[in-house]
Parts: sequence; C-alpha cells; structure tokens
Amino acid sequence: MGTPRFPLPSEIADAPGAEDWRSMYPYFTRFQPEDDQRFWFYNSMHFPEPMPAFDTITAEVPYSAIGANTARVFVFPTTLGIEHRIVNGRVYITAIPVLDDAEIGRRAAVFGERASYYYENWDSLYEGWKVRMRSLIDEIESVTVPSLPEFEDASVVFEARGVAQNHYVRENFHKCIDLFSKMWHHHTEMLMLGYGAYVVFFQFCKQAWPEISDQTAARMVAGIDVIMYRPDDELRGLARLAVEVGVGDLFTEGCSPAAVLSALAARGEGGQKWLAAFEQAREPWFNVSTGDGFYHHHRSWADDLTVPFTALPRYVAQVRSGSLAGRPTEELRAERDRIASSYRSLLTSDEERTAFDQMLGLCRRVFPFVEDHKFYCEHWFTSQFFGKIREFGALLARFGVLADAEDVFQLHHTEVDQALSDVMLAWAAGGPPLGAAHWQPIVADRKRMLLALKDWSPPPALGPVPTALNDPAVRMLWGVTQERIEAWLSPSSDEIRGFGASSGVVEGPARVLTDVNQIGEIRDGEILVCPVTAPSWAPVFGKIRAAVSDIGGSMSHAAIVAREYGMPAVVGTGDATKRISTGQLVRVDGDRGTVQVIG
Amino acid sequence: MTGPVAFVRRLAAVGAADLTSAGGKAAGLGELIRAGIPVPPGYVVTAPAFGQMLAAAGPSLAASVASLSASDVPAIGRAAAAARSRITSAAMPPEVAAAITTAYEELGGGSVAVRSSATMEDSAAASFAGLQDTYLAVRGAAEVLDAVRRCWASLYNDESVAYRRRLGLPEEGLAMAVVIQRMLRPRAAGVMFTRSPVTGDRSVVAIEGTWGLGSALVAGEVTPDSFTVSKVTGEITGRRTGAKLSLHYFRPNEPGITASAMPVALRGRPCLTDDEARALAAVGRRVEEHYGVPQDIEWALLGDDPACPPMHGDPVDRIRVLQSRPETVWAARSQDPVATPKPRASDHILAWLEKPL
Repeated sequence: MGTPRFPLPSEIADAPGAEDWRSMYPYFTRFQPEDDQRFWFYNSMHFPEPMPAFDTITAEVPYSAIGANTARVFVFPTTLGIEHRIVNGRVYITAIPVLDDAEIGRRAAVFGERASYYYENWDSLYEGWKVRMRSLIDEIESVTVPSLPEFEDASVVFEARGVAQNHYVRENFHKCIDLFSKMWHHHTEMLMLGYGAYVVFFQFCKQAWPEISDQTAARMVAGIDVIMYRPDDELRGLARLAVEVGVGDLFTEGCSPAAVLSALAARGEGGQKWLAAFEQAREPWFNVSTGDGFYHHHRSWADDLTVPFTALPRYVAQVRSGSLAGRPTEELRAERDRIASSYRSLLTSDEERTAFDQMLGLCRRVFPFVEDHKFYCEHWFTSQFFGKIREFGALLARFGVLADAEDVFQLHHTEVDQALSDVMLAWAAGGPPLGAAHWQPIVADRKRMLLALKDWSPPPALGPVPTALNDPAVRMLWGVTQERIEAWLSPSSDEIRGFGASSGVVEGPARVLTDVNQIGEIRDGEILVCPVTAPSWAPVFGKIRAAVSDIGGSMSHAAIVAREYGMPAVVGTGDATKRISTGQLVRVDGDRGTVQVIG
Repeated sequence: MTGPVAFVRRLAAVGAADLTSAGGKAAGLGELIRAGIPVPPGYVVTAPAFGQMLAAAGPSLAASVASLSASDVPAIGRAAAAARSRITSAAMPPEVAAAITTAYEELGGGSVAVRSSATMEDSAAASFAGLQDTYLAVRGAAEVLDAVRRCWASLYNDESVAYRRRLGLPEEGLAMAVVIQRMLRPRAAGVMFTRSPVTGDRSVVAIEGTWGLGSALVAGEVTPDSFTVSKVTGEITGRRTGAKLSLHYFRPNEPGITASAMPVALRGRPCLTDDEARALAAVGRRVEEHYGVPQDIEWALLGDDPACPPMHGDPVDRIRVLQSRPETVWAARSQDPVATPKPRASDHILAWLEKPL
C-alpha cells in the first residue's frame, strides 16, 4: 500500500505501432522527469482524440493565451497558467498553483484593481470585445493564399509594388497563425474572470444549501438569450419554410444533403425560396463546428451539412404535426427566476439575501460572454482558420510537396512554414520543390501512427493525487474535483459514475459516438454516449432521450443544453464510451449521476 | 357534546389554543387538519376526562410523588408503580367511559390507534413526549378504554416521574390527554424532516420509510429507504435503498401488531416511487409553511399491499400525516451568515481568490 496515485508520466509506455509519436510534436510538449512529481489530467474534453501534428496549435496557442491572462495580465492570486504535455498523442494538463501566502497577497493587490475594472464594466467591455472579435473574423476571412502564377501580376510593376507573390505565401500564413493567437488571447481575456464569478456563486450555494447540486445552482445562472442557440433556431425556421413552400417531402430520415439540395433546385419557386433562405442562414450561423474547434477534421455545418440535415427531417415532421416549438424562452426565464427566488427565500437574513443577489447578479452578467464567446471563437473564427490552412495545404499539394491538401494537418505549423519556404524558393528559382521526398513519407508514417494511437487508452490522470484544486476553469469546465479524482482512483465495477448534469431517469439503447463525423447515425430515442458534446450537436438533442459524456462539468455545454431540453444527462464519466457499446440497453440516472448497462 | 366540559372532542375541533386540555399531540393534529393537511380521523380524550379519572382514583397522585428526591430511584419506582396501579384499577367514571365509547363507535369501530398526548407546556415537551405510550391496532370498546387508561397511567412511568423530579417540574395540575384515531393500513410509512438532518440544508426534504407500518422504522428494526427531495425543483437528489428485514402489519380482525420477516422480494425494493417521494415532500412543505419552521413529520402512504405495483392517480391523495413536531436539533444551532454583502459584487470573487484552498 502507499498513498494512492495515478501512473506516473515516466511509467507510460509508447503505444504499440506508434513508438515514434514524439516526432510529431515539439520538444516543449514532452513530459520531463520532474513532471512525475505533479498531478496531470487528460484533457479529453478538448482533445478526445490523438493529436494530428498541426492540431497541436489548438493546445499550444490557447494555453499560451490562458496563462498570459491569468498569470500576467490579471494576476490571479492563487493560480498561474496551465501547462500541457503530450504523451502517445494525448494532451495532459495541470494548473500551476500559487501557495505562498505573501506571494498570494502581493498578487491579490494587483488582481483586485485589474479584475474589478473588468467586472464593473463587463457589459461595455463585452460590446467592445465583440467588435474586436468581428474584426479578427473579417481579417481571417480576407486572408488570401497566393496562387503563384507563372508571371506575376502586372500591377506589381505598374504600381511599383516591388514585392512578389511568394513573399505573401509566408506573410499570409503567418497572418493566419497570428490571428489565431490573437483570437485566443481575446477568448481568455474575459473567460477566466467569468469562471471566477461562477465558482464564488457555486460556493455560496454549497454552503447555504449543502445538498444543492451543481446543476441546480447552474440553473439559476443560465442565460436565456445566448447566440449558441441561434444555429438551431435557424434550422427550425428552415423546417417551417420547407413545409410552407411545399418542399418538406424532400427531408427524410437519412437523407443526403447533396441530393436534397439538387432536388430543391428543381422544385421551382418554392425550392428557390428555400435555397435563398438557406444561403442566408448559412452565413454566419452555419459556422458552427461539429466539434469544439480543436481538430481540423471537425468540419463546420457550412463545410459538411450532415448535422443540419440530420435534424431537419425531424423538425419538418414536427412542423407538420404542429409540435415544432421554438425555445420556450419565457418559460425558461420564468423557471430560472422561480428557482432563484425559491432558494433566496430559504436564506434567513437580509444580509445573506443581499450577498446572494450580488453574486447571482454577477454570474448573470458574465453568462452571455461565457456562452457566446464559443460561437465567435471556436466556431466562426476557427472554421475560417482551418479553411485557410486547408488552402495553404492545397498550394503545397499543387506544387507536389504534399499528396493531398488535407495532409497539411499532419505537419506542425513550424513544419508548414518550412514546406512553404520550399515552395517559395522553388517558384522563384524555377525548379521543383524538394519537399515531396521529405514530407510525404513523414505524412504517411504519421497517419499510420495516429491510427495506432487511437487504440491506446489514456489514464484519466497521471501523478500524485493533489491536495488542493483551486483553479476556476479546472473545476467549472473540466469538472475535476476531489470527488472526481476519488472516482478515477477506484472505478466502480458495474456502475458508471459521473456528474448528474440534468435530472431524470430514462432507459434506452445506447449510441456510442467516438467520432463526431458519425453524428448522422443517431436515431430517435437513443441515448447518446460520446467523449464530449459540442454546442453544434444541439439539434440532435431533440432526437435523443439522454446524453452521457466522458468529460464535462455542470457548466459544460452538454449540461446546459440537456437541462434546456429537460433530458437526463450524466457528464464527466471518464470512460463511458469505452464501457458501453452501441445497441446496449442502458439506464441513465441524471439525479445520481450514474449510468448502468442493463441489457 | 357533554355540556360545558367536553371529555371527548373531535381532532378537527381542537387547535394550538387547546394545548392544556387536548395535549400537544392532539392540538398539533388539529392544527394540521385546519391547515388542510390530511390526518386520519380521530378524537381526543381531554384533560378534564383525565381529571375525572384522577378524582375517581382517590387521594392526590401528584402529592404522592411531588416530594420525592430525583436521586432516590427506588422510591420513585415504588411511588410511580403505586400511582399507575391506582389509575388502572379504579373504576372509570361512567360519563367518561360513555363518551370514549361513543367516539370509538363514531369512528366506525374496528381498529384504532391510541396515543398519549401530554399537556405539559415546556420546551422539553418534545423529548418528554417520547416517554409516553402508543397502542396500535386496538379493537373493541373495552380494549380502547383499557388502552386509554394505560396512556393515562403512562404519566406515572418511572422514567417520566424521574424526569420531572430531575427538572423540578410541578406535579400539581399535570394531565394527560389521549388521541384515538382510526388505524391506517399503510402500504408504506415513515418519517420526514423538512430540512436535512445531516447537513441542516433547508432546501431539501429528507424522507425515510419502509413497507407497512412505520413502527418497524421507529423501533429501529429496519434500515429504511431514504430519499432526499429538493423543495425547489422537486428533483430527487439522494436515494438509498435500505435493508428492510422486518415488516410490521396488522390484520383488521386481530388485535395488535404483528412483526414478521420482510418478504424477500420487498427487502431491496424501494418503498416509494419517485412520484410518491415528491408528493410526500410537497405535503411536508405545506406543513412547514403552516408552522413557519422546519418540521419532523410521521407519515403514512395508503394503498394496496406492498406486493402490488404502485397505484395510479395522484399520490398526494394517499398521504396521511400522523404527527408533526418542530425540528429541534438544527434549530438550536446558531449559524454564521454564509456571506455578507460587500461594497461591490466583484469583491466576493477577490475575497475568494485571496485565500488558498
């Protein structure tokens, strides 16, 4: 016996068939011998799959921005930033705490001044934030990938520009990376402060009502008018229009988006009207990723219409039967306010009630940002970003450096930089680039390794059990609490345990999705079991009876959406996708936070 | 009914103002009925009826124990036994016996529960009440009269007398009222607290129950099923199915309670459905709202034999409250405010972040 602990990073063996995984990732992502002394957890919420080399930018850049904002910009008293490491293609993270009292005091003085400026001016700062974010989105959308024609455009000469297109290959690629970095700085500029407001309110609730669940506390906070619901609302509108203009018959379960679109084009005025509305809804509302914006292959609705066309047939049927309701925003608001005022009335003094009002008020102030930033950042901007990188991939493929445009995502961004230099030189010199022989075997080997890494089961955590967890994001977003860690240490045999994120008990056949691209397979009445659910999955929530995820806390999007749909959800189970198979009959208990395989 | 002094009154006719004549239990049940809470029909045999009995039992019983020293346990034992014997052996005044018999018949005869209802106005009355008697499934007028008499006599239980001597409480003017209620045959029964007994949380109702009569639970013969229900959302936030090894029940044609081993099929099965637990919590809230403070409630759920599936319809209609008392444990604790207001809302976050966990 001894103190319970997780496997140490140094004890992790290379996954069979992917022994050379380190070659995909930069040196600063590797576990060091001294990392054995610290607690790390697998960030399967953002990185549920092995990382392609390019996609590590979605860890490198966010952690660079989060840490900057917590440690250096706002100077959080008790936490610095988040460190990340990659082992066998999986991203593990840890927050660096500040433990020295004097140091905490020194930081607190700075934090107080800076953070309160943001809290007190939150609404106007958020308005400014949206303007800045829209401008970043405009910038990424306007980035061009030089076509490198045989002869440079005449304007370079007659307007005396003096700089040829190959220069802009690198400049514009860098611009993409730089914009991505700026987007993430803005993303974390307000997010950690937002989580701070949640944690304090939740702590108040836990003290005042020791038995309150996180989900119930969360229901008092939930914002009603948040734009992450807008894409789903647009689909409902399109379903209504389809029936109105008489093209509803084209939307059948399992229909192919391409087939429906071409059939619509042949359906006269009604079809044209629908297609016009469809185009209008697409921009910007179909810029939602089928993932959470962390993998290049999580295409947006705009890129891949599977998700919207999975939801549309059911919405059309509901329009016909008169049962398609919009989000009942008034009822949701009334219920939220009823719950809050019921709890408030249980407090025994005016002092407590005033403190409660202050904390709840602050949570509600920060909520729209905390929910809406995802649409601007992870969805809209990031969809455009991956699209641009794909265009650079097409350039590399056109010059023969890569076999396929998609292969660009098998290179780290610094390697893409090199490959583009190769192309710039070749175009200038008139000879062939040298990259084909260099990169193509590397790409092939990495694709093979990524497949092998998929079979590796990452431990939920590594290293010694921590004594304190006081990072707001770690608790609110990843749901990593002492109880969670206990459960990871002693997995129960027959019952899968997580957080009850939305109450109720139901049984049904499981649909295990390990890859979001399988989302079209979901059938009515199934129980969705997935590594993590993304906001863009909301439309399919209407088909399922319950949701179970490997990772997530009470404020994760799956939890919020499940509560709105009034369906049971258990999040943060750790390994439900491994212990449940599609077709098994499962019982989901959203009150207790358990899932049982019953047949 | 019986002129200016009523020896027996309907429970529905008494309330908090009748504490000295009806006793705490009956007054509480009357209050519940007035608040619209479903309580099994019944009567209270009042303090004046007890007074008539005392008069019939001869010289002052109060005087016989008032001078005893609390530390003289053998003397208390002797005096208490003598007092009880005088109550149980003296002839019951006929007008009292007639009133009780009439009340029993008006309940439809059959099986009734007979419970003592102490009239002592003392903050300790709640714990004192625990020392008094309850007789379940009493059948027939003669048996009812006998049970009433034993309840009266329980005022002179050794423990009760010793308790009063220890606290130096007056003996003169002490009286015991008795509640007679129609006996229920519950599908399940138990207790509930309108705050968590474990954490003191006022946002939940904590329910414990078992199949059949609640006496098995009160006697500690079963590990009950427990449910925690949110008062705000109605969600069941906690549940545990207990090992219910013993079953208390009665047969309509037989006197008394029978204890047997719990049928195996029922042992590990929760005695309440979620809807029933929620309905109980809703009733608990109504009782708490009536009194304005958290309550400790005994409940029963009518219905078919436990072996049958739950009944259809609104379970609220099948709930009966047998007793409600203020919760005392958490009420006695003073608690610091969870938080106090700060100049700016964001100061709460600064305060939290400045202390390492």
